[in-house]
Amino acid sequence: MAETVQAPVEERTKDRMEEMYVNMGPQHPSTHGVLRLLLKLDGEVVLECTPYIGYLHRCHEKIGENRTYTQVIPYTDRLDYLASMYNNWGYVLAVERLFGGDIKIPERAEYIRLILGELQRIASHLIWLGTFGLDLGNFTIFMYCFREREMILDLFESVSGQRLNYSFYRIGGVALDLPDSFVSDCKAFLEWFKPRLPEYDAITTDNIIWQKRTQGLGILPKDIALSCAASGPMLRASGIKWDLRREDPYGIYNRFEFDIPVGENGDVWDRFWVRRREMEESVKIVEQALEQLPPGEVMGKVPKKLAPPPGDLYSRVESPRGELGFYLVSDGSTKPYRYKVRSPAFVNLSTLPSIAPGHLVADMVAILGSIDIVLGEVDR
Amino acid sequence: MIEQLVQRLYTLSATWDIPPLVVQLLLMVVVAVIIILFVSVSVMFLVWWERKISAHIQARFGPMRVGGWHGWAQSIADGIKLILKEDIVPQAADRIIFALAPMVVFATALTLYIIIPFGPGLIVKDLNIGVLFYISLSSLTVVGIVMAGWSSGNKYSALGALRSAAQVVSYEVPLVVSVLPVIMLAGSLRMTDIIAAQEKIWFIVPQVVAFLTFFTAALAETNRLPFDIPEAESELVAGFHVEYSGIRFAMFFMAEYANMFTVSAIAVTCFLGGWRGPALVPFLPEKFWAVFWFLTKTYFLIFVMIWLRWTLARLRVDQLMNLGWKVLLPIAFLNLGVTGVVMVLLG
Repeated sequence: MAETVQAPVEERTKDRMEEMYVNMGPQHPSTHGVLRLLLKLDGEVVLECTPYIGYLHRCHEKIGENRTYTQVIPYTDRLDYLASMYNNWGYVLAVERLFGGDIKIPERAEYIRLILGELQRIASHLIWLGTFGLDLGNFTIFMYCFREREMILDLFESVSGQRLNYSFYRIGGVALDLPDSFVSDCKAFLEWFKPRLPEYDAITTDNIIWQKRTQGLGILPKDIALSCAASGPMLRASGIKWDLRREDPYGIYNRFEFDIPVGENGDVWDRFWVRRREMEESVKIVEQALEQLPPGEVMGKVPKKLAPPPGDLYSRVESPRGELGFYLVSDGSTKPYRYKVRSPAFVNLSTLPSIAPGHLVADMVAILGSIDIVLGEVDR
Repeated sequence: MIEQLVQRLYTLSATWDIPPLVVQLLLMVVVAVIIILFVSVSVMFLVWWERKISAHIQARFGPMRVGGWHGWAQSIADGIKLILKEDIVPQAADRIIFALAPMVVFATALTLYIIIPFGPGLIVKDLNIGVLFYISLSSLTVVGIVMAGWSSGNKYSALGALRSAAQVVSYEVPLVVSVLPVIMLAGSLRMTDIIAAQEKIWFIVPQVVAFLTFFTAALAETNRLPFDIPEAESELVAGFHVEYSGIRFAMFFMAEYANMFTVSAIAVTCFLGGWRGPALVPFLPEKFWAVFWFLTKTYFLIFVMIWLRWTLARLRVDQLMNLGWKVLLPIAFLNLGVTGVVMVLLG
């Protein structure tokens, strides 16, 4: 009997729950800001995930094109507000490169930039670890991380007078010299911080629940990582050793010894573990730099009127989140003709729709947390 | 003393021609008021205590202002705030069920206090099915939670309610199976009999496995971390009670802490010898020490629960199910079997 091969629709969908759409965000405790994820759920399993962004869009690039080169610096603070120092650095580096080597940065300024940049990386990773802990339901690690971050902010405050938006880097150097107490304070902090990392491990790395909640989830294969142009810890967790501090050196990174942690599987655990080890490496870099810190000026000679020669340039640095790029087009005036930011969080977020399906809502939160987005940077 | 008082009340009512029913009702009201008072005070203390413990675990101070000494009045202030808050019912909600759900949860939590033996004679009703009463009533909580989640008209609440139903069903079974060996050893479901059976040795010594499985299942039963997935803040915002505010929310909140107390009290009764303990200072009455030891043991278990909550991360739904069905249940059954065999062998 050649009856129907396929069962009727009611039969096929009998055991399946109805599909449900859930808007996760823009007000949701775990979207790390105003991100909206449209989730298509089968029960609790995510079938589709579409991120909607733009809730924090503030015409960053257009504003930049209407300001002089110096005036843009405070706006870059607000890009990735957890790593303002690094945004400053990325931007001033791009402008300095646009001058084609006419601006010489003093040695001491280079060291200060590097020390503050690496401390910023630690602070940023600490926030990440803390909020990731919150996503997994561990509130205690969050408080621990913020305790140490607070100390870094105190250091930054002693340097720049600011705790979040520093605007400390200048085209040609940095705004101020370090205060006298900085070197000893910073060393004291590092001495305090190093034994804290094993303490974090005790409630995260070594905890079986933590392991179970992170291992084997949200696997980002190498090819997807590359085709999405993911960068930073996200890319390194997938097993690709790519760190701009090594691959495209800027500042004085080539003078220091540090490892580049690389993951194996590209799962949430690897992204956690890569960042966790990066903090150790940053501590190493800062320690070496503090030892070598030379005396001298902190501001190089820059022309009164900052008008770079006509031309365009793409300059990139390794921010805590990945490749932070600035593309500048100069028409010879004091304002950039075109100013474009390539933000790592935005690009890394674009991997989410391809790695999210098939996971539970709870894992969705962990995966999103592991990408480490900052909406200020995603939306610009 | 209490029995004499009650007896005198009955004789008085007989002389004044008041039907005994009135006296019974009066007694019920008095007992209910005492329970509610005890629960309220105990919950307030527990909330403050949890905040202090969590703060010290996390290198903070916790509440320090309200009331002066270490913010002792914080919970009272919070309670007043919650009572004064606007009572919001979402438009999409099913109004009647929405209003009933917190009452179901809270009333269940209160009813469980009937069988808690605080000391010799200090038990509202020493039911001959005490443990069974606890097990059956404590699973009623989930009805209230499902009602709340379903009637809120919110997808997150609905997910929370579904998770809760799955969780309680999965953990009810290991909970029951792990308390069975105790009943076998004591030969009774009555709370006082179980305590009497622990005169020589606390049941935690022969039944340490049962105690651990019971405690784990109890954590899941009370929706505490690492098993708080029905209200998982980072995933479901607040789960089943996301739409509740003001006093209705307070009822869920109080019920959670009240349940923590009950579940610890049951664990103390079944495994830690109930009110048994040495009289440290001789001149105080025996009853005082009974209550003292009972509360000390219970609050110690609650402390462990709080401690776990602030140290561990949350399990995932499927991991929770696996733990319940594939780990706890086989262990509990194995323990039950071994207990039976040993009891038969030893006669």
